[in-house]
Amino acid sequence: MNGSPVSAPPAGGTASAHRAGLALDVADLHVTIAGSHVLQGVSFQVPSGGVTALLGRNGVGKTTTLRSVLGLLAATGRVDLLGHDVVGWPTHRIIRLGVGYVPEDRDVFAGLTVRENLRLAEAGSRPRYDDVYRLFPELHERGRQLAGTLSGGQQQMLAIGRVLLNPRPILLVDEPTKGLSPKYVSEVVSVLERIGGEATILLVEQNVHVVRRLARTIVVLDQGRVAHAGAVEDLADEDLVRRLLGVAGAS
Amino acid sequence: MSTFIAITISGLALGAVYFLVASGLSLIYGLMDVLNFAHGAFLTLGAYAGWEVASHLTGALGTEGQFAATIAAATAGGAFVALVTEVLLIRPLYGRPISQILVTVGLDLALVGLLLGAFGSNSRAIPAPAWLTSVTRVGAERLPNGDFVALGAGIVVLCGLTWFLRYTRYGLVIRAGVENREMVQALGIDVGRAFTLVFVIGGAAAGLAGLLYSFVFSGGLVDPTQGDQLLIFAFIVVVIGGLGSLNGSVIAAILVGLVQVYVGFYLGSHNGLAELGNVSVVLLLAVVLQARPGGLLGTPT
Repeated sequence: MNGSPVSAPPAGGTASAHRAGLALDVADLHVTIAGSHVLQGVSFQVPSGGVTALLGRNGVGKTTTLRSVLGLLAATGRVDLLGHDVVGWPTHRIIRLGVGYVPEDRDVFAGLTVRENLRLAEAGSRPRYDDVYRLFPELHERGRQLAGTLSGGQQQMLAIGRVLLNPRPILLVDEPTKGLSPKYVSEVVSVLERIGGEATILLVEQNVHVVRRLARTIVVLDQGRVAHAGAVEDLADEDLVRRLLGVAGAS
Repeated sequence: MSTFIAITISGLALGAVYFLVASGLSLIYGLMDVLNFAHGAFLTLGAYAGWEVASHLTGALGTEGQFAATIAAATAGGAFVALVTEVLLIRPLYGRPISQILVTVGLDLALVGLLLGAFGSNSRAIPAPAWLTSVTRVGAERLPNGDFVALGAGIVVLCGLTWFLRYTRYGLVIRAGVENREMVQALGIDVGRAFTLVFVIGGAAAGLAGLLYSFVFSGGLVDPTQGDQLLIFAFIVVVIGGLGSLNGSVIAAILVGLVQVYVGFYLGSHNGLAELGNVSVVLLLAVVLQARPGGLLGTPT
């Protein structure tokens, strides 16, 4: 259980994308789930540093994209992650390259205490509890509480806090504000904003206001393909937003 | 009254043996979604390993030393078969739980056939110290010592497992993995090592259970099919307790052990229906599943 921070890509990796300033370079990704061709050649790039938002309507394959990058779904194509082509790798090896995953439904371990959830996520010899507790003091106060008894917002803090225990050059964060009360939405957004200053974040998010506040670049999926990729300013285009996201949230 | 106490202790001892078998089954299922049908063969092989060691050591270590070596051999034997099974047969089939289950069914048939070929269908007697097969008098009671040994072994294993699951890193990984295996991997943890570990722990407990069952409930005899007979009841215990729940297994094992001996003795033996105890266990299963489809402490799916 030795997750090492990735400062330099170890020998053997392709390293091409990494050198080109990309944290993640996905090319022609195909995923089939139960006979349905969910991703039909998805290609996009995530520059190192800052927040890239992955957008699209419900069911368009955003979560599937994150999960296949992490090896949780079988995929074909090329996924160059921090300088390694990771298609076919087991999930735990991909994570140990220095990836943090905050899944859609938080997926904290309900039967474990908050402290145990954090202990489980420790990788490497010096977990940064001070940093995590500074960001989320509630996790410290509620250390002995079962994670299943936390509110949705507190569970989200735990889900984010546990990936921050270790150095993670890239975070994949799936709908972190979904179902949260406004108080927790703003707390989560400000934490992500701070992390985005040091690490790369690939963020799936439905809330256009959150995207505009956090993201520098956007990638929009539609019908299993990338329909648009560009700067976050492209969201000013009402037509694009209405056509690809199905919301009138541009203004 | 004196019979009642002796019967109760016998039921608890039987429950302890069920728990030893069921704990491994439950952990393996909870973590890996594999119903391990080869668990019965682990149990029988453990008992045979004990028999091999005990019959070759006669007189070499003294009675107590021989007994300790027998227990160690059964436990290690069960653990070893389980380790080989996981590494060679289960691991190549990761992500295909149906195939994994089928492979354990085939392995069970093959191992039992192998034992029948090697040792014949006759039972073998495992040498045991005299005190194990005698009784302790408490007032008017005559309580078999073997019952206390089985009960003690069950309690020791329960305490050990509880400690392991609660206070060690691997215990934490196993508890988390039972809840959500995928998320454990998504934290960068190689859950495959935990798979191997639960197989080894389950195999060790099964080997010990096989030996204790021979000593306490089958007059010191081991035969190639004893594991399969016990496995049926162990599966019932696991289902009643709730798949994947260790504490559920404890409660269900005690319940099944007691019901089986009470019904078998008070209803069955007077009417010449010795099998009534077994039937009652199946009825108990039906009643529990009607009331709680996920088992006593399981999560309904």
